[in-house]
Amino acid sequence: MSYSRRNFIKGVIAGGAVATSAGYLFRGSGPLFGQTSAPGSVERLVTLNVNGQTRRVDVLKQETLAMTLRYKLGLTGTKLGCDRAECGACTVLVDDVPRYSCSVLTHTVRGGRIVTIEGLARANGALHPVQQAVVDEQGFQCAFCLPGFVMAAVGFLKTNATPTREQLAHGISGNLCRCQDYDKILTSLMRGAEYLRRSTT
Amino acid sequence: MAVIRDPMPAFELFQPTSVEDAQALLRRYGAGAWVLAGGLDSFDWLKDRIKRPEAVVDLSGIPELRGVRARGDGLEIGAMTTLTEVVRHGVVRERYALLLDAAEAAASPQIRNQGTLGGNVSQDTRCWYYRAGWPCYRAGGNICYADTPESINREHAILGADRCVAVNPSDTAPALIALDAQMVIRAANGGERVVAAEDYFVGPGKDITRMTVLQPGDLLTAIRLPGAWAGARFYFEKVRDRQVWDFALVSVASAMVVGAGGAIERMRLAVNGVAARPLRLQAVEDLVRGRPANEATAAVAANLAIAGAQPLRFNAYKVPLMRNLVKRAIRGVEATTWAS
Ligand SMILES: Cc1cc2nc3c(=O)[nH]c(=O)nc-3n(C[C@H](O)[C@H](O)[C@H](O)COP(=O)(O)OP(=O)(O)OC[C@H]3O[C@@H](n4cnc5c(N)ncnc54)[C@H](O)[C@@H]3O)c2cc1C
Ligand code: FES
Ligand code: FES
Repeated sequence: MSYSRRNFIKGVIAGGAVATSAGYLFRGSGPLFGQTSAPGSVERLVTLNVNGQTRRVDVLKQETLAMTLRYKLGLTGTKLGCDRAECGACTVLVDDVPRYSCSVLTHTVRGGRIVTIEGLARANGALHPVQQAVVDEQGFQCAFCLPGFVMAAVGFLKTNATPTREQLAHGISGNLCRCQDYDKILTSLMRGAEYLRRSTT
Repeated sequence: MAVIRDPMPAFELFQPTSVEDAQALLRRYGAGAWVLAGGLDSFDWLKDRIKRPEAVVDLSGIPELRGVRARGDGLEIGAMTTLTEVVRHGVVRERYALLLDAAEAAASPQIRNQGTLGGNVSQDTRCWYYRAGWPCYRAGGNICYADTPESINREHAILGADRCVAVNPSDTAPALIALDAQMVIRAANGGERVVAAEDYFVGPGKDITRMTVLQPGDLLTAIRLPGAWAGARFYFEKVRDRQVWDFALVSVASAMVVGAGGAIERMRLAVNGVAARPLRLQAVEDLVRGRPANEATAAVAANLAIAGAQPLRFNAYKVPLMRNLVKRAIRGVEATTWAS
């Protein structure tokens, strides 16, 4: 059996080590977490709908969606670049709308349908048309930014399936690429729009 | 910016479903409470550990704060309506395109999908000395770090500074002032008051620690657009270093009604990025009334607009920038198309 680094990390997260890593990552949650009876008080144990699956998760009050996805659910395809709503690497869809998962509390969107890059491919492994286009065009350099770009594009294409290059550029203008690969990314996402139209007609 | 990958310090979180419940919580926690709308201004403060609220009151579950509805001959926009919802709204597009242009110029698509109109007008200044937690006037100290001989103050104020030289960063604020919008505020005791948009914002001379008239416990519940300026001749322009995802260096918003003879019947005009509050330029509005909307009028008016400007070491460019934007708002510009 061969291990990729990624699978190893996921295994660790899913397995017993979660308690320790969570204890480290989320230290300092002291007595403030006692239950309160005020209207609107929040239960930590929540049910999230992520990539079509129902997941029970213990979510701290101050936890961002990116933290929950990456460190509680092992969905490390969602990247954290800036953690400040300034790069777009963490983009996911909540009810089909692109959001920066680093800059929203999990509790705020816990009733929403959350889709991450891991949720785009079909169950049989077939890539989403936009993912396939990125592969076909080799539209990336290091690709750290790519999950965010793909999610932003998939969300944007739900509102405009036939964008011009300029419109799509505007639609993904909330994502940065450190490698400055914008032209190729845009070309591949335009091709993704085309694949998507073909796949749905 | 340091990369911080640990979460925000602990706080108690509440998600009330009514304004009354939200205000009960704000009363209960007093100065320890933080109002959360979209969070895109708030989370920086919390992540950087500069503000450490005891309780965060998330307004996202309060239905009455959301949505756009007709009101008289105008519109009422719930404070929690996102900028994207504002931009997509049919009546906003048709009759209040000024607000559409301003909201669409703000930040990035993802931020507009989450950031609210109420949050956009209530956001704090982006002066980085202040945002980095330096104990300046605005933070309760007794110095302005942006106004020393060594300060980097390219983005700061040229007008109305009083000890603090920070500017208001909101794009929708000048548009709302030009549209004569009314801000509906629910006070902690449940009483409602309605404040004109131009009076919603405060400068350091009035209160150096606040950007708006909101007092602890107050909630902005809605923003009303009167019918009086619907469908007027609008102008919005925002100049920034980068064409997206960047705050304004200077922005201008105006609404103008031109009579049959070509003379300006009435006009409202506001600028932002030049002072601690978005400024309505009433003297300019008065000057242009009855004159044709042409180059000559624009030139005189634009010179009046910058009267009294006092640039800092690195922001003198804002003076001609503001003058030119006011000029363009009055005489209009030929349509330009940008190729990306
Ligand atoms: C990277 C980046 C770039 C940006 N660029 C721009 C830009 O170019 N132009 C622009 O205009 N903005 C810009 N913004 C700001 C962004 O649009 C605003 O922060 C956002 O709209 C604020 O809205 P919010 O709903 O997220 O507010 P929050 O962060 O939740 O709230 C902002 C403040 O207002 C208070 N508040 C919010 N709603 C209410 C209410 N109903 N009653 C009382 N108090 C309230 C909160 O307590 C908080 O102090 C940018 C932000 C980021 C992170
Ligand atoms: S990590 Fe969320 S925008 Fe950069
Ligand atoms: S390809 Fe490297 S960050 Fe975009």
